[in-house]
Parts: sequence; C-alpha cells; structure tokens
Amino acid sequence: MTILLDVKGLKAGYGPVEVVHGLDFTVEEGGVTALLGANGAGKTTILRALCGMIRREGSLQFAGRDLCPMTTEEIVRCGIAHVPDGRGTFTGLTVSENLTLGAYVRRDKAAVADDLAGIFVLFPRLKERLFQQAGTLSGGEQQMLAIARALILRPRLLLLDEPSFGLAPLVVKDIFATLRQINAMRQVSLLIVEQNVRAALDLADHAVLIETGTVALAGPASLVSADDAVRRAYLGY
Amino acid sequence: MTAFLNQCFSGLAMGGIFAILALSLVMIFQATALLNFAQGEMAMASTYLAWQLIQHRVPYWLAFFLTVILSFAAGVLIERLIIRRFASAPVLTVVIVFIALVFIIDSVVGWIFGYQLQEFPSPFPDHNWFNNPLVSSHQSGILLVTLIVMAVVWAFFRFTTLGLAMRAAAQNPASSRLVGIKVGWMLALGWGLAAAIGSIAGMMAAPLVYLDPSMMSSLLLYGFAGAVLGGINNPWGAVLGGLIVGVSVNLVGAYLVGTQLQLAVALTMIIGVLLVRPSGLFGRTIVTRV
Repeated sequence: MTILLDVKGLKAGYGPVEVVHGLDFTVEEGGVTALLGANGAGKTTILRALCGMIRREGSLQFAGRDLCPMTTEEIVRCGIAHVPDGRGTFTGLTVSENLTLGAYVRRDKAAVADDLAGIFVLFPRLKERLFQQAGTLSGGEQQMLAIARALILRPRLLLLDEPSFGLAPLVVKDIFATLRQINAMRQVSLLIVEQNVRAALDLADHAVLIETGTVALAGPASLVSADDAVRRAYLGY
Repeated sequence: MTAFLNQCFSGLAMGGIFAILALSLVMIFQATALLNFAQGEMAMASTYLAWQLIQHRVPYWLAFFLTVILSFAAGVLIERLIIRRFASAPVLTVVIVFIALVFIIDSVVGWIFGYQLQEFPSPFPDHNWFNNPLVSSHQSGILLVTLIVMAVVWAFFRFTTLGLAMRAAAQNPASSRLVGIKVGWMLALGWGLAAAIGSIAGMMAAPLVYLDPSMMSSLLLYGFAGAVLGGINNPWGAVLGGLIVGVSVNLVGAYLVGTQLQLAVALTMIIGVLLVRPSGLFGRTIVTRV
C-alpha cells in the first residue's frame, strides 16, 4: 500500500489557542482511516487544518505535494473533498445547484454528467429532489447531498466530519454502507471523524485515537478496537 | 387625467433610475451585508467618464459600453485595493471608509472636471416614440434600459456557473471555499457588477438632472429608499421598490406637498418601512439559528 496522505507534526488552532499539538498519522491509497476521540479532542480541527481553513503548521504531504502553503481553494484542486461538520450544503440553493457547485473546479463537463448519473445510482433520493431547495431536505438527505457534492469533485481523498451526526440509526447504517461502496468501487480514500466509534471502526482499516490534541493510540482498526481502554471508554463493554 | 398619467410616467422613468441604483446597492449588500454609500459617487464618476468620451466624439453607444466595462474594472479595483483590507474590520470602520470614498471621489472629480453643470446627451430621439403625448422617448428609454439591465442580471445569476458561484459565496463562504470557489474574487466581481450597473443609472439620469459632481447624492437616497422598500436582500424587490418610490414621490410632489419635500417623502418611506416591515415588501426575514 502506498501512502496518500502523510501528516507529520501537525499543529493547529484558532487565534492564539493551539488545539492540535503536533500529531502524525497517514491515510493509505484506497484506505480508510478513522479519527476517533471524545468531544473537544481536536478531531474537527484536524480536518479543518488539512483543508487550510485555519492556521496550521507541520508537514502535510499529499500525493507528493505539501499542502501546508496552499489555500483551501488550491487544496480542493489537488483532489481533496471535505464534508464539513454541519454538512456545509448550500441550504438556500437547489439540490441541482449544490451538485453543480461541487463540480465547480472541473473543466471536463461531459465526464461530470457521467459522474452525476453514477451519483444518482448511489443516492436515488437526490434525483427525485433535484429542484428542491437543499434546506428543505431531511437530515439524512442533506448528508447524502453533502457526500454527493464532495464526490462529484472526483476526489482522491474524501474527508468526512461526523457523517452520522444527528441521524437516526437506520439512516446512519445506510450512509456507512454507501461510504463502504464509495471506497471500494471508486478507489476514493477516506479520512473519517466519528463519535460513533463502532460504525467507524467497522468501516476503517486504520484508526487513530485522539486525546486532547495528541495521538493516544494508532494502528490497524482491528487492533484499536481490541484495545481494552478503547473498548471501555468508547465502545462501552 | 393626461396630466396625472404624465406624472405617473415621469415618476416611472425616475423610478427606473432609482431601481437600477437600488439593484447596484443590493449587489454589494447581498455579499457583504453592507450598504455602499459611495455607490452614487462611483456612478457619478462613471458618468463623467462617459461624458469625456462623448466630448472626444466617441459615438454614444460605444461610449456607453466602454464606460460600463471601465466602471466594472474600477469597481473590482476598489474592492481589491481598498475594501478587501477591511474585510475583518468592524462595520463602523467600513462605513467610515465608504463615507471617505464619497468625499474623495467627489473632490477628485470636481478637481478634474470642475463644478459647473454640464449637459449630457440622451441616446434616444427628441420626438416622442409612436407620437404618444404622454411620455418622452428618454423616459421610455430609461424604462427599457431598466428592463434590459434586470433581465441581464437575472440571467447571469440564474444561468451561469459564475453567477451561481457568486450566490454561493454570498450565502456560505466557508463551504464555497471547500468546493474551490475563490470567495475574495467573487466579492470583487460583486463590486465590479455594482459599479457597472451604477454607471448605467448615472448615464440615464444625467440628461434629466444635468451632470455635476453632486448629481447622484439625492438620487442615491431615493435608490436607498427603493432598496429598503422592496427588500434589501432581494434584487427584484429592490427594482420594484425603486419604481414604486419613483411614482409615489412624483405624485406626492405634484399633488400634495410640492417638489421641495420629495426627498423628505422618500426618507419618511425608509423610516416607515423600517418600523413596520424591516425586511421590506418582498425581502426575506433572515432567521438565524442560535
């Protein structure tokens, strides 16, 4: 397995407050890495730092390029799509307009149309709601739209910030099944932040446990889920 | 009856100018939630540019479109060079910058061109179209131009990806960056569009009010009134608001209070709307989740 994203010594924060204190982790090409941890551990901050949405330092090697000096817009053009917390859909725009914006940086409009057809196979509900305002969709549909909007970019790496947030257990199951499909069929690597540790460990091949901005434990997902401390603190048995 | 209709039409024509100005105000307000007080002076400077071109025997419509294009560029430059530096400044700071711009543009134009009134030509013929007795060709021309400006702006935001990206950047800057939209440039484009639209208002108004450095100051207040009446976050509401202000101010001026109080009527309308329906007739009330 080659390494797609190699993070070394990442420090990030808001204003004068440092939240992430120098951490290392990797995402393999075609792999799924889960970032786990309690509220306030700094998981969302890590994703924001990767995308250049906040001040950060360290080495962020993505497919041989350093993301650190780049702006958010440039990082997107490298093939990193981010589904932020709160989903980041354009609630005032229609589903169709949201998807058009997802493909904003792509110039191959014919291929975009093909990809769109593929996305409607994954999320048939979106096709039914194409001209509906995104804000009027249900929570699960909005999450689907957010993932679809990220996929239409044809990313190599998809960052997902709590895709299960605020959704019913059945919907969460659906979303994770779709994510597995996306990872397997489209060769999209995933970096996923989740509080639903069980679902995340099921999907991931690697897991990184974050505690107060540092790596507490990292390794193959099966080893992390077998760890006694993780089991007691996050899986509850 | 004829006199009444006459007043209605001339009100509608002035309303067209207010409507275009209101539209240019909305362009910037939608993206930044700020009212650009310098919009009128920018339009006035553009009109002087058109006048200068016409003095140099440039055909009217060529001068018109050159002015629109150059105003667009100037608007982009103002945002990139000045306004952008205040992106994270408090609202009051930005307002002071706007007011400073008003006086800077005003005095620079006065210094270059002087303060005497200049005549500005109308591109429309002297005789009334279709021999109608009610409305001069310049007045109907203004309405025609208003409709064309509206249609072009609507089509741009509705059908082009760039227009969509500008709407997205105004609604949700963080998500816009995540799909690769350069939000800073979208703001600059908004300023460019506002300046371009404003320049059209200036060129349409100048044949009626004559050209001088203070020509736009009262017109801008009517434009504000229109934008507030229609809803400052809704371009079509603002256009309709501008037309309503034009007609009502003209009628009230002709039949009730005389022309001296026209501006007072418009300002009263602003206060009244803000009291009764702050989001304007067609504006959306913004509900924020807390």
